[in-house]
Amino acid sequence: MGILGHYNYWIVIFLMMVGFYIVISHGNLVKKIVGLNIFQASVFILYISMGKIHGGTAPIVAEGVSRYSNPLPHVLILTAIVVGVATTALGLALVVRINEAYGTVEEDEIHAKDSSL
Amino acid sequence: MIRQHLPALQVILPLLAAPTCLLLRRAGLAWLFATVVGFATFAIAILLLRQVLSQGDIAYAMGGWSAPWGIQYYVDPVSALVLLIVSGISAVVLPYAARSVAQEIPSERRCVFYTLFLLCLAGMLGIAITGDAFNLFVFLEISSLSSYALISMGQDRRALTSSYQYLIMGTIGATFILIGVGLLYVMTGTLNMQDLAQRLPAVATTRTIHTAFAFLVVGLSLKLALFPLHLWLPNAYTFAPSVVTTFLAATATKVALYALLRFVFTIFGAEYAFNTMPLGPTLLLLALLGLFVASAVAIFQENIKRILAYSSVAQIGYMILGISFATVTGVSAGILHLFNHALMKGALFMAVGAIFLRTGSMQLQHLAGIGRRMPWTMAAVVIGGLSLIGVPLTVGFISKWYLIQAALERGWWPVAVLVLIGSLLALVYVWRILEAAYFDAPAKPDAHIKEAPLSLLIPTWALVLANIYFGIDTSLTVGVARQAAGLLLGVQP
Repeated sequence: MGILGHYNYWIVIFLMMVGFYIVISHGNLVKKIVGLNIFQASVFILYISMGKIHGGTAPIVAEGVSRYSNPLPHVLILTAIVVGVATTALGLALVVRINEAYGTVEEDEIHAKDSSL
Repeated sequence: MIRQHLPALQVILPLLAAPTCLLLRRAGLAWLFATVVGFATFAIAILLLRQVLSQGDIAYAMGGWSAPWGIQYYVDPVSALVLLIVSGISAVVLPYAARSVAQEIPSERRCVFYTLFLLCLAGMLGIAITGDAFNLFVFLEISSLSSYALISMGQDRRALTSSYQYLIMGTIGATFILIGVGLLYVMTGTLNMQDLAQRLPAVATTRTIHTAFAFLVVGLSLKLALFPLHLWLPNAYTFAPSVVTTFLAATATKVALYALLRFVFTIFGAEYAFNTMPLGPTLLLLALLGLFVASAVAIFQENIKRILAYSSVAQIGYMILGISFATVTGVSAGILHLFNHALMKGALFMAVGAIFLRTGSMQLQHLAGIGRRMPWTMAAVVIGGLSLIGVPLTVGFISKWYLIQAALERGWWPVAVLVLIGSLLALVYVWRILEAAYFDAPAKPDAHIKEAPLSLLIPTWALVLANIYFGIDTSLTVGVARQAAGLLLGVQP
């Protein structure tokens, strides 16, 4: 298999670190949400790719189908995607309210106004 | 017939009641409905606990799909105790909510408030009752998302930023848990907790399982605000509406702690977590650090809610300390403190909410002389504070007693000494509140501040009396905690 054989996991780790780095390093509240989304998307790919079997098709009962991918991780990740969408929506709604209250979405400017965040 | 479906009703009732609250459109009606549902879930939790104690564990196949394939709800003494405390706190907080919410939340948002409250309750009860690792993640997110929204309803604009901060950290924690559960599934092909426990030993030495363990422990530690992952907690507790602070402080971190117990002991097993992986020393160190740093920070706060929030971080240190011993006495002390701390922080935050209702301030300097204006409310703070310090005849004493006993049992007397010194720090910050309330002269005499209304005092005192009752009659709490700890560690108590 070698290192390249597990390329899906390398993509996952790369995306995970990129997302995590954006969340930590960026002061813009919207960009933090973007980072969080990339971070979560990496986990979606982790789940989806682990259900895949080489040469496997969709898990259906049909003639000539003997080898199929595991559908369970895909179903699980549908739930996780819904959770991710809800989190993003709530996060962005909070950013809108923060913008109304503070007039900015930059972390350092908010901090200068009343030393929160 | 109904009896047999109690485990499902425990979660479904608040889950279905939540959107109904939204449809009622009138705040008063929504409150009444939510309160009735709160009491009903409490009654179900009591029935479940009795059933578990008399007839043994309950396994419930959701939708009739049997265990490894379907989602299983599993009630054992540990989960029954957590269900009892979560639903019990909600049953006490909801009657209190009427007045407090009417003052702190604008009328058009009150129906939404009760909807979110019930959703949060459903999520927490779900975490405590489910026997499926992925289902636990889903319930965790239900309760977390609703608590972010609840916190953002605070009056101060900083409620928004603290809610945002919690959202970012909470989502990272939850995603870590998701990664951990995914890696467990890859190696074992199952999500059912008991099934996982059976299949894990065969693959336990692989790097994937080590990684899964690390992700799960860090993710859950973020959720339960273990020092130094507690940064979201003080702001969230300080700026959230009083009712939300009370509810979350008494339940949210406890439920996350329960999830940690489940993963560490039921799924991975104590042997793996404490011998193969260095969980014991890690938790011990972080617990002691958290205990001292958070208590020390609490001493220098000027906002009374903030003092109690930092004190919560310190108290979580005690619970984790008990667990880090990995002995029956230690883990039962941790579970006991989980239960007891919910009672004391619930009572304290309710009393503080009542003070806020009358004075509109949380700053210590504005509370000068409040002890004379609001004698009953402050008496509740006194007893809650004594319980926090660990004075005999309160629940705090019971927790500390068993914790020190557990430390001595392992021969770690320096840890026992540190626990006692930690209590002295609690004495200092509780004293600062009492000094302001009883011994400082009010800056300007305003006679209009009067005692809190009965609708706030009765729930507060219900918890205060529970603090004393469970401090004297420990047969229920200690008995269940010991049984639960024995179960988690796999030894007969």
